[in-house]
Amino acid sequence: MGGGAGVIARRKFDAVIVGAGGAGMRAALQLSEAGLKVAVLSKVFPTRSHTVAAQGGIAAALGNVTEDNWHWHMYDTVKGSDYLGDQDAIEFMCRQASEVVYELEHFGMPFDRLENGKIYQRPFGGQSQNFGGAQATRSCAAADRTGHAMLHTLYQRNVRANTQFFIEWMGLDLIRDEDGDVSGITALDMETGEVMVLQARATLFATGGGARIFSASTNAFINTGDGLGMAARGGIPLEDMEFWQFHPTGVYGVGVLISEAVRGEGGYLLNKDGERFMERYAPHAKDLASRDVVSRALTTEIKEGRGCGRDADHLLLKLDHLGADVIKMRLPGIREIAMKFAHADPIHEPIPVAPTAHYMMGGIPTNFYGQVVAPYKTGPEEVVQGFYAVGECACVSVHGGNRLGTNSLLDILVFGRAAGNQIIEDLKKNTHHKPLPADSIDKALARLTRLDGQKSGESVAQVGDTLRKTMQMHCGVFRFADMLKQGVVKVDELAERAKHTEIRDKSRVFNTARVEALELDNLVEVAVATMISAEARTESRGAHARDDFPKRDDDKWLKHTLYFSEGRRLDYKPVRLKPLTVESFPPKARTY
Amino acid sequence: MKELERARWRCRRGLLELDIVLQRFMDVHYVQLDETGLRQFDTLLNLPDNDLWEMIALRKEVEDSNLQPVLYLLQTI
Repeated sequence: MGGGAGVIARRKFDAVIVGAGGAGMRAALQLSEAGLKVAVLSKVFPTRSHTVAAQGGIAAALGNVTEDNWHWHMYDTVKGSDYLGDQDAIEFMCRQASEVVYELEHFGMPFDRLENGKIYQRPFGGQSQNFGGAQATRSCAAADRTGHAMLHTLYQRNVRANTQFFIEWMGLDLIRDEDGDVSGITALDMETGEVMVLQARATLFATGGGARIFSASTNAFINTGDGLGMAARGGIPLEDMEFWQFHPTGVYGVGVLISEAVRGEGGYLLNKDGERFMERYAPHAKDLASRDVVSRALTTEIKEGRGCGRDADHLLLKLDHLGADVIKMRLPGIREIAMKFAHADPIHEPIPVAPTAHYMMGGIPTNFYGQVVAPYKTGPEEVVQGFYAVGECACVSVHGGNRLGTNSLLDILVFGRAAGNQIIEDLKKNTHHKPLPADSIDKALARLTRLDGQKSGESVAQVGDTLRKTMQMHCGVFRFADMLKQGVVKVDELAERAKHTEIRDKSRVFNTARVEALELDNLVEVAVATMISAEARTESRGAHARDDFPKRDDDKWLKHTLYFSEGRRLDYKPVRLKPLTVESFPPKARTY
Repeated sequence: MKELERARWRCRRGLLELDIVLQRFMDVHYVQLDETGLRQFDTLLNLPDNDLWEMIALRKEVEDSNLQPVLYLLQTI
């Protein structure tokens, strides 16, 4: 009984933030330090958010190692986005990069240092000097633990600033009134199983990505797209959901990343016939071809029946010819991962691999102040009062069709802070909580009541597994018209099946089966949005690669997709090509 | 009450590698732990993700040797 007793507890805050990764905590800090009463909800302890997995660093044109300039960084980001990024937001982000990095330094972030005491920077793929010239050195890092260090730094500051954390709480649904304004959320306290209304003058989603919709994903289990599910059910569109970044080689079945270093050292890929198939796709570069090329080749081999294993759904990465000494000396981490997760010692046998989903470029549409924008009244980008989103769950859009490495940690810092500042301004005008609509908790309770009463349904795990396999097979890294068409029908059926799942445990206290069922509802929203958006976009751009439309088509598709859950309808809005102060970067062919 | 579920949830981490190893551990070893083992496991779960993963992947020595028995189970699963 999800609290259907009639009286639901209610608590009031100035701001409620869902998600305690880097984005949520950066925004929370801004608000708490301004003296606002802030609640931050998290399914897990804040320092165990997925931000902890970010190793690459934070992009900022500090110029500490080589000459650099925010305008060059902007160019790289626009180009990397395959011109789908909004250039006003990208200028905003790149211009603020140095400031947010220095700010984080003052918060106590243990950045690596140069001998002269300045922040150490290292080069990273996609970073150039002088608009596509020599390699730039732009990434600020704390060893290989940048995300980890950032989370700990922000968590400590938040505790000091009296941010109130609700740990092991899950957001259930958005509360929107008749005007479309957001006045808080319903949430589940996992410990007691009680549902509570958290009423707020500002509600900010920072719930991270949702790559758990794919069977092979580098994302932690918590990344179930909860914010996107809540937004979609609340009538907010999801933007550019067809754009997902994949890595070509994840361990088959579990998705754990096998770094490109393996192929750099001389490892190569084989199909079920033992053929070194990359020679056919990239005669010169072979296994060292770019990520996109390798990913597409893997998918094509599987689609044409040359995959390995019972389900013919993966390929093999061979290293044994390198010899035990080279593997032990140069690739010890990879060997450890292969042995642990594929139960294969690469000294003796190949590693089974498949492309693995890594980052979601799409999300809840926002402007560069972190305000959620949707075409629900008169204009295409009308501000949804009281509602904000930042980080991977948001689509500003600074990443467009593809994200550059080290731009995600920058994104969460810049827009976490910007959203915080915008909320402070907005709350000066909105000094009172709006009354809650009468039906504010119905949606969340209906889902819980259904679960409590459901008998003889399918298991959550079964529907979830089928959903993930369907997404991987029909809407993976390389997409085919027939597979997408079938995929749309399949996810539709799966969405229906998810409404009839049964959980055995009907109790309240720490009912993880219930939490997983609620997570499945969110995964379904993300998956359906992805499949429908991908099927409709008949071009290849950034990470969205189609077999039948191999080229980018700016005449027809230089626009953002908006997917509405209600009626599963699509709409589109123009890309913002005009930056804030500089000249626009017009679309041109993207070569590296 | 619900100690198993609680432990299972606290195995949800920020790193996928840990999610997988800890889930396997829960499926195979958790119910057989005695009180000392449960305490060791709890201490390990309270470590930061990166530290715990490096200990499991044998890249970092465990500082408290009392944790070695449960850590060994995690390293070998």
